[in-house]
Amino acid sequence: MTFEELRGRAVDAWQEFNEPKEPRILVSAATCGRAAGASTVCEAIKAYLAEKRITGRIIETGCLGLCYTEPLVEIANPGGPSVLYGPVAPEEIPEIFDSHIMNETVATERALARMDGPGFDGVPTFTDLPMMKGQMRIAARNCGLIDPTNIHHYVARGGYQGLAKALQMDPHDVIAEVKKSGLRGRGGAGFPTGMKWEFCSKSVSDTKYVICNADEGDPGAFMDRAVLESDPHCVLEGMVICGYAIGATNGYIYVRAEYPLALERLNVAIGQMHESGLLGENILGTEFSFDVAIEMGAGAFVCGEETAMLASLEGRRGMPRSRPPFPAVSGLHGKPTNINNVETFANVSAIVSRGADEFTKYGTENSPGTKTFALAGKIVRTGLIEVPLGITLRRIIFDIGGGIPEGKEFKAVQTGGPSGGCLPASLLDLPVDYDSLTKAGSIMGSGGMIVMDEDTCVVDIARYFLEFTQNESCGKCAPCRLGTRQMLNMLNDITIGKGRKGDVDLLVEMGQVIKKGSLCGLGQTAPNPVLTTTRYFRDEYDAHVNERRCPARVCPALLTFEIIEDTCTGCGACRRVCPVEAISGEKKKAHRIDTAICVRCGLCYETCKFDAISVW
Amino acid sequence: MAISSMDRELGEVFEKYEGKREELIPILQNVQGKLGYLPAEARTAISKFLNLPESVVFGVVTFYAQFYLTRQGKHKIKVCCGTACHVRGGNRILETLKRRLEIGIGETTADYQFTLERVACFGSCALAPVVVIDDRVYGRMSSAKVEALLEQITVEDSE
Repeated sequence: MTFEELRGRAVDAWQEFNEPKEPRILVSAATCGRAAGASTVCEAIKAYLAEKRITGRIIETGCLGLCYTEPLVEIANPGGPSVLYGPVAPEEIPEIFDSHIMNETVATERALARMDGPGFDGVPTFTDLPMMKGQMRIAARNCGLIDPTNIHHYVARGGYQGLAKALQMDPHDVIAEVKKSGLRGRGGAGFPTGMKWEFCSKSVSDTKYVICNADEGDPGAFMDRAVLESDPHCVLEGMVICGYAIGATNGYIYVRAEYPLALERLNVAIGQMHESGLLGENILGTEFSFDVAIEMGAGAFVCGEETAMLASLEGRRGMPRSRPPFPAVSGLHGKPTNINNVETFANVSAIVSRGADEFTKYGTENSPGTKTFALAGKIVRTGLIEVPLGITLRRIIFDIGGGIPEGKEFKAVQTGGPSGGCLPASLLDLPVDYDSLTKAGSIMGSGGMIVMDEDTCVVDIARYFLEFTQNESCGKCAPCRLGTRQMLNMLNDITIGKGRKGDVDLLVEMGQVIKKGSLCGLGQTAPNPVLTTTRYFRDEYDAHVNERRCPARVCPALLTFEIIEDTCTGCGACRRVCPVEAISGEKKKAHRIDTAICVRCGLCYETCKFDAISVW
Repeated sequence: MAISSMDRELGEVFEKYEGKREELIPILQNVQGKLGYLPAEARTAISKFLNLPESVVFGVVTFYAQFYLTRQGKHKIKVCCGTACHVRGGNRILETLKRRLEIGIGETTADYQFTLERVACFGSCALAPVVVIDDRVYGRMSSAKVEALLEQITVEDSE
């Protein structure tokens, strides 16, 4: 099939999708949407349509990024506006649908935004939503807007145009275009993608491989998952372009096993590519042949490191090896291999299609383009965003993310997951680009952004990250294997009130040694959370060590729970919920906690409706 | 499990592969998919099929978090302890489950009904804290909600 034929078919399908002849209902059903209840909402919609004898089309789309207001439902009548509603509970379906579909009146008080045109009656247009303003979507350009299982939707929105264009170019010119865009690896380290491709292209071999790293293991990051579930073709197109540019014939996409829906969507997409002549022999009628296979990870964080991933793909324990030789020279099965992250490939397909100049319009000189971030933690609007690089943390957290919930105080933001650092309020005006974040002691990382408020204990957070990296250390390098263990032991002691004078300085010293003495990125960055928190929140460590006090009231061993007699109504809720029967008291009379029995689980504090339990 | 039925299941998996070393992890995943875990007999058969020392197979099995050496419970409860879930109290949910099921992390109840696991991150951070039971993701959990879920599963099973 030629590209023109493919495009012709796609345009028809896209028109049919956008000018429906019957009510069209889109439900955001990526993993996060499903967790919020999208599947039960779908069932409720089906039941409603059946009951009212309405024929309508229900389509499951991907992630719009507005996770804070999931489940999301978009409704359009033939010829009418397409309106987004959210959050929608299954029991609210009849009310909303009666209004929108039966009476053809938009339920404006429940509507979130209009998707296909200017806003009206207090319903803003989608791009004017506070969370969308300031965003620029390149990698996530189709997320939530198309049916991820329909290749025509992708093609109609400019998909595979980049591949068609690349196949008409000399491979070197494709690499030159990617180099010109200045795109840097979105997996975390930020190595220039074009240069990586050039190294691999220069290696001479009968076989070369392209690998897409979809082993998104950073706790608190879900950008790659969202892109793979919502728009798998944009990643696969990037891989095929890369294959052509460096002269490879085979590709692998290494997906972590915890992402079953992403695996499913990729399988569907790869099948469609074969049918449309976009994979396999003679792609789009040219001499170029390329194929992609899916490999499922088996649950090891270190496999996100490229040489560990190669070991895993070869059926071995996923342990990194020293470089050089770099994978571009000797990678999978000893053959030249180019490895890029999901988001990098998603950007490549856009760069080649629209040209490098379009990409460099956004971002800064050394960090051009846009970056996706997963906003989570103590923030009002959680979700997936994509912003031009160089934007400040303040704009991301307060303008796009809506700030901290319940009027609490911002304390810190963790970028780069367990390899990154905790940045304090004084750095809120820091521009988010590769170099500025590194200078502040953190890293860009793959894009997780966890916001913490006054109720978060940074010592506990540092301990948490170290527990994670210590657990995931493959054990090859002694500084990482033993050093993270020692650091964790010390942090455990500090959080249970057994910290000793000088512990904090020793932690810093050990952290620096581990960074220098480890082979791979895991060990080299594992101490970052401790190093940044001791740098920016030293007083909190001192409070734990010197005063045996947790200022954020998180570390259980340092807390005392007490019932405020005057406020307690004697309802007994705390007594019933206490797992160790530490609470006693008569009905309607003030209760009390026996601190000798109390295990400080906090359940009573969570349960009390009258704020009658104090923690100090 | 009777050995003969295990042999049949293993045979069905091996048919799909050529016996190359790089197929080890997919084979382990497939076998575990059929048997629920990787018993010693299955590991021996796999090492013979791939012509690898058993120690190598054991080394790979124990390196990756996804593989199990013991029989697992009917229902798998995975508590997310990712950063967002941690900040929002995932640990308290884990403690509640440990108390309720009277087992530790990675352990299975005596009646083989439940296995409790902690997982680093499911990537559903916006809905933290998250619990996954039998591959279904439950978001915005609390200790009370997770206890209700356990109750519901037990009731559904007895029906």
